[in-house]
Amino acid sequence: MARLGMVIDTRRCVGCQDCVVACKTENRTPHGMNRDWITYAYQGTFPALSLTIQSERCNHCDDPPCVSCCPTGASHVHDWGGVVLIDHDACIGCKACVASCPYDARYIHPDGYADKCTFCIHRVEQSKDPACVAVCPTRCMHFGDLDDPESEVSRLLASRRHHAILPEAGTGPRIFYLE
Amino acid sequence: MSPRELVSTVHGPLTEPALHAWGWEIAVYLFLGGFTAGLLVLCGTALWRGRRNPGGPSFALASSGLPALGLVTISLGMLALFLDLAHKPFVWRLYVTFQLRSPMSWGAWILLMVYPVLLAGVLLDPPRWLRDRLPGLVRGFGARFDGDVARRRLGVVAIATGVALGVYTGVLLSSLGARPLWSSALLGPLFLVSGLSTSASAAHWLSPDHDERTRLLRLDNLLLAVELGLLGLFLINLSSSTQAHVAAARLVLGGPYTAVFWVGVVGLGLVAPLVLQTLAVARRIADTPLAPILVLLGGLALRFVLVFAGQASHWSRL
Repeated sequence: MARLGMVIDTRRCVGCQDCVVACKTENRTPHGMNRDWITYAYQGTFPALSLTIQSERCNHCDDPPCVSCCPTGASHVHDWGGVVLIDHDACIGCKACVASCPYDARYIHPDGYADKCTFCIHRVEQSKDPACVAVCPTRCMHFGDLDDPESEVSRLLASRRHHAILPEAGTGPRIFYLE
Repeated sequence: MSPRELVSTVHGPLTEPALHAWGWEIAVYLFLGGFTAGLLVLCGTALWRGRRNPGGPSFALASSGLPALGLVTISLGMLALFLDLAHKPFVWRLYVTFQLRSPMSWGAWILLMVYPVLLAGVLLDPPRWLRDRLPGLVRGFGARFDGDVARRRLGVVAIATGVALGVYTGVLLSSLGARPLWSSALLGPLFLVSGLSTSASAAHWLSPDHDERTRLLRLDNLLLAVELGLLGLFLINLSSSTQAHVAAARLVLGGPYTAVFWVGVVGLGLVAPLVLQTLAVARRIADTPLAPILVLLGGLALRFVLVFAGQASHWSRL
């Protein structure tokens, strides 16, 4: 089984938010709610300052706490690619998954169910990249099978220093940032 | 380490309070669930011990209306839980599956078990209005289950169900590792003891039997002392753990929840009633409803503080 993940080059990301807009358009997320977002991390003291820009979203964790806490099985790991998805018709809106996510990647849709990034599984199943990856003007985002040593994401991870967000939370995040 | 600042465009509870996952409904539900759990344990213990009250109702504690009170409180708790659901028409989905790793799924099924146990408790020592309205049901149930063995068995089932319900209300939070304030195994025992304490306090207030009131007063004093100890261990546990847990402990140790925690939960909810009830046991002051009211409000405040402060605690990225 593939293990889909994302690798994002922080040296190329300019924080243009095209990925945010593309996701919003592709997935028609409600007003005021986004499935992906940008963080700007400033470090140091003037004049020795550095800025790291990251495009963030659900980390589709290897051990997703949102799936294990779900009382109805609505939050589940998809058979293909290990993508973490939500069955809207099985979700009761209890918000346990929202509270369980260390990345605050979930929100409650105005229709009542929990919602979040799906890695655009509807596109991926048609062999397309997720919308955010497809539109990135600096080509800083890469998507593929982390278990395939020949994939672009695996090669990038093997050749560059990288980090994940909050690995100490113990969930096994699958989005990596090249430094 | 050089200074670091993080700016995020994500929408979250800090910028949009409506995005808070859980509100008052969950705090009230956890309080009423714990309270009902305590009632189950108290009634179960009375049934299991088979203590009879010659000349009066067979069990002063069980017949003082506690099982009926439990039915009311658990129903109100479940109503609060239902109000919290964002996708209400799909609530039935809870009962077409069992998710082994989900404490909420365990809780949903435990809540269903609570009803028949409490109903059996009501029917064993039925209040007058029930005897008058449903005499056939009461007589039929009594004829079948009023033996000592049946009562003791029901007592054991009630204790087991009460402990499961009380511990579950804590485990529900402690299983969510993303919130460092909650990631402590002590929450299960803490919520169980708090539920026992609030229910013992209410039972002491409501019990028609003087000796039983004194016994419940002593029991509640013990439970309040244990709860204080567990709260102390909970804070030591957090303060001696990772940076995220230390930051979570600071929410009640100087942070925004400090006043309500130390004044509302610890001062008025635990220490004050413990002092008042200790003096009442020693017959230095009169036994008034003030202490039970403080215990009940303190138990509610504990749930509010932990639910809200827990959601404010995060793994730090700075």
